Amino acid sequence: MSDTAVISDRRLERQAAKRRRARRGQAIAIGSSVLVLGGLAALVLTSPGWPVVRETFFSWTIFKDSFPEVLEGFWLDVKLFVIIEMAVLAIGLALALLKISRNPALFPLRMLATVFVDLFRGVPSILLIFLIGFGVPALQLEGLPTDPVVLGAIALTLAYSGYVAEVYRAGIRSIHRGQRDAALAIGLTEGQALRHVILPQALRRISAPLLNDFVALQKEVALISILGPLEAFRIAQIVQYKTFNFTPLIAAALLYLLVTVPLARVVDRIGGPEGVVR
Amino acid sequence: MSDAAGTPAPGAPVLEIRGVTKAFGEREVLRGIDLSVREHEAIALIGASGSGKSTLLRCIDLLEEIDDGDVLLDGEVITDPAVSPVAVRRRLGLVFQAYNLFPHLTALQNVVLGETRAQGIGRREAEERGRELLRRFGLEGREDDRPDGLSGGQQQRVAIARAFSGRPRVMLLDEVTSALDPELVGEVLAAVRDLKDEGMTMLIATHEMSFAREVADQVAFLHDGRIAELGSPEQVLGQPRNAETQRFLSRLLEAGRA
Repeated sequence: MSDTAVISDRRLERQAAKRRRARRGQAIAIGSSVLVLGGLAALVLTSPGWPVVRETFFSWTIFKDSFPEVLEGFWLDVKLFVIIEMAVLAIGLALALLKISRNPALFPLRMLATVFVDLFRGVPSILLIFLIGFGVPALQLEGLPTDPVVLGAIALTLAYSGYVAEVYRAGIRSIHRGQRDAALAIGLTEGQALRHVILPQALRRISAPLLNDFVALQKEVALISILGPLEAFRIAQIVQYKTFNFTPLIAAALLYLLVTVPLARVVDRIGGPEGVVR
Repeated sequence: MSDAAGTPAPGAPVLEIRGVTKAFGEREVLRGIDLSVREHEAIALIGASGSGKSTLLRCIDLLEEIDDGDVLLDGEVITDPAVSPVAVRRRLGLVFQAYNLFPHLTALQNVVLGETRAQGIGRREAEERGRELLRRFGLEGREDDRPDGLSGGQQQRVAIARAFSGRPRVMLLDEVTSALDPELVGEVLAAVRDLKDEGMTMLIATHEMSFAREVADQVAFLHDGRIAELGSPEQVLGQPRNAETQRFLSRLLEAGRA
């Protein structure tokens, strides 16, 4: 890589010392890990309760039998959160824009948007799901959806749109006033300034908190199970009732982790200093 | 662009400011400004920090609403509430002290945005013109750089190209070199000089007295919300009549800036 002839002895010495330090650090980290993790594993595995725990939570045969079923249910979860996320992104943005607009004609809508956000953000999701999922069909009105999957999705969409609207609004407000001034100065309308200058910058800034809300949403989709749809958690629960074994729930947990952990890693990455655009 | 070879001589008034006042709450920043900028004329607006230079420029570009008086552009009262501010701003070019480039767009996109969205020029033509403008201000090869990859002087030159891209009737420059490192001031002033040579009508708020002397046809000294003195650069900067102008210039002299 570099010309060895020009590297001084002093520099070589320093490089060697640095390498020694790095190697020693690695060795200590490995040793300490083996000691601590191995100790913990030994403690758990040799404890008198372990066989019962393993049989109840980590039974391989039950895992094998229940996993395909749980996985099938999980597709419903995946479909639900993809649809809900898209709806939330659109409705949240609409609410945020309404709340920041200063058009007097929009005053009543602006007021409704504020009430909407306060209301649905302030109520427990499970209560909303229950209220809408069981309440709307109880009305027995023509034309209203009665499918619990649809009603559950509507309830979660309402709850999360409120959150996401506030995230959008914070992002838009965080863009320096000078950006709006400059956009207006080159002759853009307020709407064009928002669309071409403010929003693109705001979206970049809020992508981490937005995805963070989606990690939360992906878990909360399981709450829809109280309405009866056979999604992963519900199926796992049914198998658990039949077998008196909790392994199916572990299988479901693994599936949720499979989608939430990668998303959380994405959040970590874009949330770092590199990802933040001034 | 220019009517004749060389720097065109000043003609009829393009921008007229009549009795403009502006207060922020209790603080009266402008207390009755009268100033007229003629075609092809460059007026340097000098005065202490906080004397209202930026506010005046922002009021002209309708980024602030004035309290009293009128501003006329080509004889039309632009501060009339019935006039669309968007249409007015499309005829003016404002350059900010802090550049205010759009950080998510490249240098070229910064210039093209106004042309395509505000001036209604097709994308291809706008890009062609944008490239030419950037080349003109010494930014060839920088078209695809984002603002944070450019030096302050380069950013300000992109900002000047952006403001100029709409072929404005008047350009308003708000202390365009104040945020720059000293060694970068020259390249931005060269860009302004270039506009002046082309005959651009300009109102230039500045702290650079030597530049005002060189480029401006007239110098206006703003003090306490009013134009305290207006005249040729030689007169206002050389033999100021107003006591406040004298005090201001001697303070600058002490600071080694005149």
